[in-house]
Amino acid sequence: MTKFIFKRLLEAIPTLLVLITVSFFLMRFAPGNPFSSERSLPPQVKANIEAKYGFDKPVVEQYFNYLKNLVQGDLGPSFKYKDYTVNELVAQALPVSAKIGAAAFILAVLIGVSLGTLAALKQNSWIDYLVMSGAMVGVVIPSFVLAPVLVLIFAIGLKWLPAGGWNGGAVQFMVLPVVGMMMHYISSIARIMRGSMIEVMSSNFIRTARAKGLASSYIVLHHALRPAILPVVSYLGPAFVGIITGSVVIETIFGLPGIGQLFVNGALNRDYSMVLGLTILVGALTITFNAIVDILYAVIDPKIRY
Amino acid sequence: MKLLEVQDLEVKFATPEGDVVAVNKLNFSLDKGQTLGIVGESGSGKSQTAFALMGLLAKNGQISGSAKFAGQEILNLPEQQLNHIRAEQIAMIFQDPMTSLNPYMKVGVQLMEVLIKHKGMSKQEAFQHSVRMLDAVKMPEAKKRMSMYPHEFSGGMRQRVMIAMALLCQPKLLIADEPTTALDVTVQAQIMALLNELKADFDTSIIMITHDLGVVAGICDSVLVMYAGRTMEYGSVRDIFYQPTHPYTQGLLKAIPRLDTQGETLPTIPGNPPNLLRLPVGCPFQQRCGFVSEQCQQAAPELIEFAAGRQRACFHSFTNTSGSQS
Repeated sequence: MTKFIFKRLLEAIPTLLVLITVSFFLMRFAPGNPFSSERSLPPQVKANIEAKYGFDKPVVEQYFNYLKNLVQGDLGPSFKYKDYTVNELVAQALPVSAKIGAAAFILAVLIGVSLGTLAALKQNSWIDYLVMSGAMVGVVIPSFVLAPVLVLIFAIGLKWLPAGGWNGGAVQFMVLPVVGMMMHYISSIARIMRGSMIEVMSSNFIRTARAKGLASSYIVLHHALRPAILPVVSYLGPAFVGIITGSVVIETIFGLPGIGQLFVNGALNRDYSMVLGLTILVGALTITFNAIVDILYAVIDPKIRY
Repeated sequence: MKLLEVQDLEVKFATPEGDVVAVNKLNFSLDKGQTLGIVGESGSGKSQTAFALMGLLAKNGQISGSAKFAGQEILNLPEQQLNHIRAEQIAMIFQDPMTSLNPYMKVGVQLMEVLIKHKGMSKQEAFQHSVRMLDAVKMPEAKKRMSMYPHEFSGGMRQRVMIAMALLCQPKLLIADEPTTALDVTVQAQIMALLNELKADFDTSIIMITHDLGVVAGICDSVLVMYAGRTMEYGSVRDIFYQPTHPYTQGLLKAIPRLDTQGETLPTIPGNPPNLLRLPVGCPFQQRCGFVSEQCQQAAPELIEFAAGRQRACFHSFTNTSGSQS
């Protein structure tokens, strides 16, 4: 297992390098630069600023300079928020996104798995139909539609919850963003879980367990849950990426000071180092999470050994 | 009192194309220590008979009739009462040892949970007892095997685990549903020898479901021949093998390859078992029977006790022919 983890870490390096290279050159070759919108600048001043950030050097040299700083953990200065480095901005924004994302992710898994299992065990009953039609609605409604509707009902209509803002992460400010983010994943996970649970419950080894006189609840928890949850685990990788990209929408709608908002502003302002830094961060998180999913697989399924 | 007395057992499945009667008015009984063989082709309803007794039918299955185990009715019991009969009183071994053990759990845990549930044992006691049981089914290095997963076992070894698991609570009745079908011939012989031994050691009655007449000859006291969910012939193993009276039984016996008749074509029963959704009027075997007459196409023959302990369902009177008519 240690060898496997080490191998995955080594594999991550070339993947990240490709990611960095492609993003770096794509951004540089796009027309304009962070200062091109400030049209009033005299050419002399502009040249000075560009020299300060190293834009006067050849692109390839800039690339290697960037890599050199990156290896030391320095994502560079932000071109938009002057006086701030990308590191500082990310350090401020990351906890916000992590809190919302983790809450949405964990709740989606717990609720999705429970609802899916319930629907599978009560197959073709009204509970099953209710859960599955709810899941169908949840899958098809995108978060950028759901979130404003939630605000309309719970913030503006019923006035139960705030319509947006962060307020240091107070619970009532988190509820709507988390719900808006997780509904899609609850629905997907419930659907996957239902299907695989039905399949597992009709397998031969469950029949054996029943022939052993074990109670139904014991059979579900001890015999069926582990194999049934495997397809959900493989969905966690894409779901994680979806939560990260989804945070762009959710954070913009609710005005949360998170990574997603930095990303949007960075892209709009051509804040090279910010966008690059965030791309690397998201890439590294995705790679890490996929490795965790692989390890989870081995933990759940004894036939998988690395 | 008989250990098991089955009367008019009927198993019906509701399907979109209509009701399928998989088991049709089955009657048999079993004494303590006795072994009954249920023989028939695939789809003849023999496995469904076993599942009905254990309450393991698919959701669309319905049972009617009666099955008294040590005087207690066991058909259509609520799950909770059934769970006290399963494994404690009646245990079952399944056809395919490759898929019948949980691949995600250690073999030891799968054995121990039976004892913890039914005997209220502690983990240590259950472990010790399970190891002893694995020893009893001649599993080498039993202790080490406890912490292994099913995929680390061969087919024969897995079936030994299944047998050990079934016998943990010393059930009075063991239902073995084609326990050797999925195994190599040499392993089959080992498993059958083991079952024969354990039957004596544990004083267990066995219902042996099989399509292998060799298995029947080796272990059974009496035989029930099934076709399309009905009993065709019932009798002691001697009678069935030496004096088969039903054309279907005779056909089955003739279709056993023999070492002393080399070079001859192996006789077979032509055709396939009928579709249970569209059974012909009359005897279900009529389309494949060499003796079919008009009577057979009008009504199904009743199961008649024509001698002590011998039953058959056929209009034709072959009393002692051992298959010489053909």
